[in-house]
Amino acid sequence: MKRRVPALLPLLATGCGGVQSTLEPHGPGAESIAVMWWVMLVGSAIVLGLVMVLAWMGVDRRRRPALGTTHLIAAGGLLLPAVTLTVLLFYGLGPGAAPHLSGQDGEPLRVEVIGHRWFWEVRYPGANGLAVTANEIHIPVGRPVEFQLHTADVIHSFWVPNLGGKMDMIPGRTNRLILRADRPGRYRGQCAEFCGAQHARMAFWVVAQPQEEFARWLALQRTPARPAEDAAARRGWNRFVELGCIECHTIRGTQADGRIGPDLTHVASRSHIAAGTLPTSRESFARWITDNQRVKPGNRMEDFSHIPPEVVRELVAFLVTLQ
Amino acid sequence: MTAPDRREQLLAVWGNPPGLGALTAVNHTSIGRRFIITGFLFFLVGGLLAMLMRGQLAWAGGQDLDFELYNQLVTMHGTTMMFLFAVPAVEGFAVYLIPKMIGARDLPFPRLSAYGYWCYLLGGLLLYSSFLVGQAPNGGWFMYVPLNAKEYTPGLNADFWLLGITFVEISAVSAAVEIAVAVLRTRAPGMTLSRMPLFAWYMLVTAFMIIFGFPPLILASVLLEIERTTGWVFFDAAAGGDPLLWQHLFWLFGHPEVYIIFLPAAGVVTMVVEAFTHRGVVGYTWVVAAVVSMGFLSFGLWVHHMYTVGLPPLSMAFFSAASMAVAIPSGIQVFAWLATLFAGRPRLRLPLIYVLGFLFIFVLGGLTGVMVALVPFDSQVHDTHFVVAHFHYVLFGGMVFPLVAGLYYWLPLESGRRTSEALGRLGFWALFVGFNLTFLPMHLTGLLGMPRRVYTYPEGLGWEWLNAISTIGSYLLAAGVAAVLVDLVVHFRGGEPRGRNLWRAGTLEWLIEAPVPPYNFVSIPKVNERMPLWKEKQLAKQTHEGEGYLASAQSGRRETFGTSTSQGKPEQVVILPASTWIPLLAAVATLAVFVGLLISEYLLSLLGVGATVALLLWWAWRAPYDGHPLTIDAGHGLLLPHQGATVQGPGRWGLAFTLLADATAFGSLVFAYLFLWTVAPAASWPPGESLFTASLWAALTGFAALLGATGVAEWGYRGLRRGLARRFRIANDVALALILLFITLQGYWVVEALPNASEHAYFSVVKAIWSFALVHAAIALLLGAFVAARVLKGNCGPERPLEAAVARDFWLFSGGLGMLAYVTTLGAPFLL
Repeated sequence: MKRRVPALLPLLATGCGGVQSTLEPHGPGAESIAVMWWVMLVGSAIVLGLVMVLAWMGVDRRRRPALGTTHLIAAGGLLLPAVTLTVLLFYGLGPGAAPHLSGQDGEPLRVEVIGHRWFWEVRYPGANGLAVTANEIHIPVGRPVEFQLHTADVIHSFWVPNLGGKMDMIPGRTNRLILRADRPGRYRGQCAEFCGAQHARMAFWVVAQPQEEFARWLALQRTPARPAEDAAARRGWNRFVELGCIECHTIRGTQADGRIGPDLTHVASRSHIAAGTLPTSRESFARWITDNQRVKPGNRMEDFSHIPPEVVRELVAFLVTLQ
Repeated sequence: MTAPDRREQLLAVWGNPPGLGALTAVNHTSIGRRFIITGFLFFLVGGLLAMLMRGQLAWAGGQDLDFELYNQLVTMHGTTMMFLFAVPAVEGFAVYLIPKMIGARDLPFPRLSAYGYWCYLLGGLLLYSSFLVGQAPNGGWFMYVPLNAKEYTPGLNADFWLLGITFVEISAVSAAVEIAVAVLRTRAPGMTLSRMPLFAWYMLVTAFMIIFGFPPLILASVLLEIERTTGWVFFDAAAGGDPLLWQHLFWLFGHPEVYIIFLPAAGVVTMVVEAFTHRGVVGYTWVVAAVVSMGFLSFGLWVHHMYTVGLPPLSMAFFSAASMAVAIPSGIQVFAWLATLFAGRPRLRLPLIYVLGFLFIFVLGGLTGVMVALVPFDSQVHDTHFVVAHFHYVLFGGMVFPLVAGLYYWLPLESGRRTSEALGRLGFWALFVGFNLTFLPMHLTGLLGMPRRVYTYPEGLGWEWLNAISTIGSYLLAAGVAAVLVDLVVHFRGGEPRGRNLWRAGTLEWLIEAPVPPYNFVSIPKVNERMPLWKEKQLAKQTHEGEGYLASAQSGRRETFGTSTSQGKPEQVVILPASTWIPLLAAVATLAVFVGLLISEYLLSLLGVGATVALLLWWAWRAPYDGHPLTIDAGHGLLLPHQGATVQGPGRWGLAFTLLADATAFGSLVFAYLFLWTVAPAASWPPGESLFTASLWAALTGFAALLGATGVAEWGYRGLRRGLARRFRIANDVALALILLFITLQGYWVVEALPNASEHAYFSVVKAIWSFALVHAAIALLLGAFVAARVLKGNCGPERPLEAAVARDFWLFSGGLGMLAYVTTLGAPFLL
């Protein structure tokens, strides 16, 4: 690593502009951990360098200092780790190093997230009514958000690397995680605990936006679905009922109240469908309805590959009205 | 007697039968060889699975392997490397080397070594047979619940894992017991603990870690299998269980497991450093203290695998500090090796080159280990490719590199030939560069947000180029493995003869000529030094010409020394069994038990249990010292009893260590009971109406019977030790009747008081505690009857007390277990 690190540094500087990178922090939780990483990287490089230089000197029989005594063991094996690790421990566990675990200043916004195989149910409780969405979490910039995390089935882990560390969702428990975004932006999150077939495609987006923008969004999400107006969309709604989609999906304001799949009340307002798998568009809806077992094999929705294209078009016409 | 005569006689006694008879071999050299070869074959298979996964991840959106196959591969790769390669391979090294290093002719329980090997092989094959039916385990190698509960994994996938691994673990635990007894009780005369080769110290600590570390996993696997097949509840949160119980039990095993793999490898490193600097390690006492403290510390770290489950910060701070503390004993070892390089005259031959490669990789892995021990940092990189990189540095670097160093160091001992330095160096560089190319970028992949165990990933997240490099590196790594393999295989044919003590090493195994004879030593040397070969130039000649102890096999039986624990003073001659079919047959019978459970043919399992018990009794019945004169002339005027005529025979020590493992399993079960109790909401434990009144008379009478049985048995045993054979016989009969009464009454109580275990975890765990205690009482009954029969036959008695002493220890243990079961299930709810 002694020789490789310098080569990696420029790559790190340019290559980590990721929307899912721990090294590009956008909140205090991720920030302090990223700093911690750079500090430990430098410290580790020094220790590794020291050991390898000593080893090199040790096997070189020409010129060797008289280090072959237990003093070396005491200095390198006992003193060095004892001192550095004590410092590191106080640094790592000291106050401020883990705001994502200990709470932050200000009254937090409460958001409930429930892990499902393989999507995220997101609930905003509040005096003005409940908003339910899926796979897309909007938060106000600068305000701490307390996520209340549980699961509908197996263990999942909720993780938004740009904002902070992860927290598991465990049956029978509710875990809390406090995150804050300091800059507006779109941050990608992903399930971090292996949860079976489509663990790989269980992503979500966190959208951090200014307070007023967020408030408008939340108000919209709280409203029931607006009834479909044009004829094609109305036919699509009828198909939605006939085909049994309402058994698994909820569309608030209608008779659809299934709890197995994601809430679709405002599905067309989200950037992606199927937990980050496809960007929202007419084509994606159509592809998902007819071919979802190829797009995301093993997911819990039936493949409606047998239905005629015009029915698919009607369904899509209905879905895109769910703004 | 001339030297060739001696050899011929020893060979006749110690040799394996030809042809198919090789399956009956029990000799440690044969068994160790088989462990190592089988382990490396599983390594190749596990590596192949990894190559397939790397192929899939080479670029974004890879879908050549579907999620099902990929999840099977990722699960089986980890499972194979941990359970079918790493542990058996290091135990194979120990089985092969330990007796040679400590001047013994064999391990103390040769039939157990063979039985362990067959359990390992058959268990591994059982696990892999899951691929044939398309239901390989797919829930991750740590088998988290509820993902692996029946509801979410309805197929046999999880059952293959739970049953196959439990079967394989028989071999891990039995080999550990055997190694611990060998190191403590069968060293050459004069080899005090402080003259012991460091590898033996490392293996001693490792053996005890296995003894304490594996039972929690075995217990957890049994509980999960019971939950899956019968509906009893241990982990299901909806009925009073807790999925975190699995995680605690698993990592209570899982963390020591890492050191169980690393410590033997570090022992190899130490031996290589000593041999190639021609100097004993600097700071022997430091190293021993470091290894022992690492063994203890490793049991206080398991929670660092659980930082993200939502534990209280204070407990995480404790485990964080403990995890970092491990850096100190690790550092002591690293700097002891460095100091030895400075103090000695290093020769940069292949084994030492591998050690240098190991040093770089292991120290790097240790440093990232310190990083992930820190709670906040871990909360980011936990379950990402950063962690994948970290543990490959620690395990591949910390274990495979030293193991290859060990192969290059000791293979000439086995083969009698030299390996090629040129091809070996080529292999080293391919391995070293390939390894770092694969896993160094992976740290960054994880930091950039890539979770582990994803079978595919989208483009645009900055992971593509890193994964491409890792995949290229992994192919180079595979090429390195191939080069090493070719070198090692070819050298058996083409290598130059090595001569005796090729590397001019200092420890006893290098006294042995090539090809390695099954008896190791023509006569057993007396040890006066830590590096006897460097100090006593005549030792080889004396040993080979029969001037040591036990210089022949005139009795026609296999003999080695039983020596005192710390001073290595000869106390007895241990007579060892020769080749026999029993271990293989018993392993096949055990396989039937597991297959029956797997396919729900419980009659088959029952038959398997019967056959296994019958074979084990036959095994014990045919004690190798039966009918042997009580005293044996060990040479140089040393007259010693054989082990059957003492109460300190290896068998008694072996039982004691087995009971340590057994007690740990029971302790884990009690832990489960208390853990579920503490997480249960108030008033829901016990749920509903109290069970304490149901048939209480049966439980109370049972308690009295158990107390009586244990007391009477102890009284009888003490009589036997004072020569009162008749008192022993009567007491034994009374105790047998009382324990039978206990089993009946308490069994009745369990049936009456705990009608439906699947209603709530409370009933299940109480029932499990009682099943555990009752099975032990049944074994005590069997042992008591066995000893009674041995006494009748005249093979056990005041002059031959070993088996009575062994049975007595078991009776005390199972009596204590029963009392504890009463205290936890019936006493504690009243007390608390």
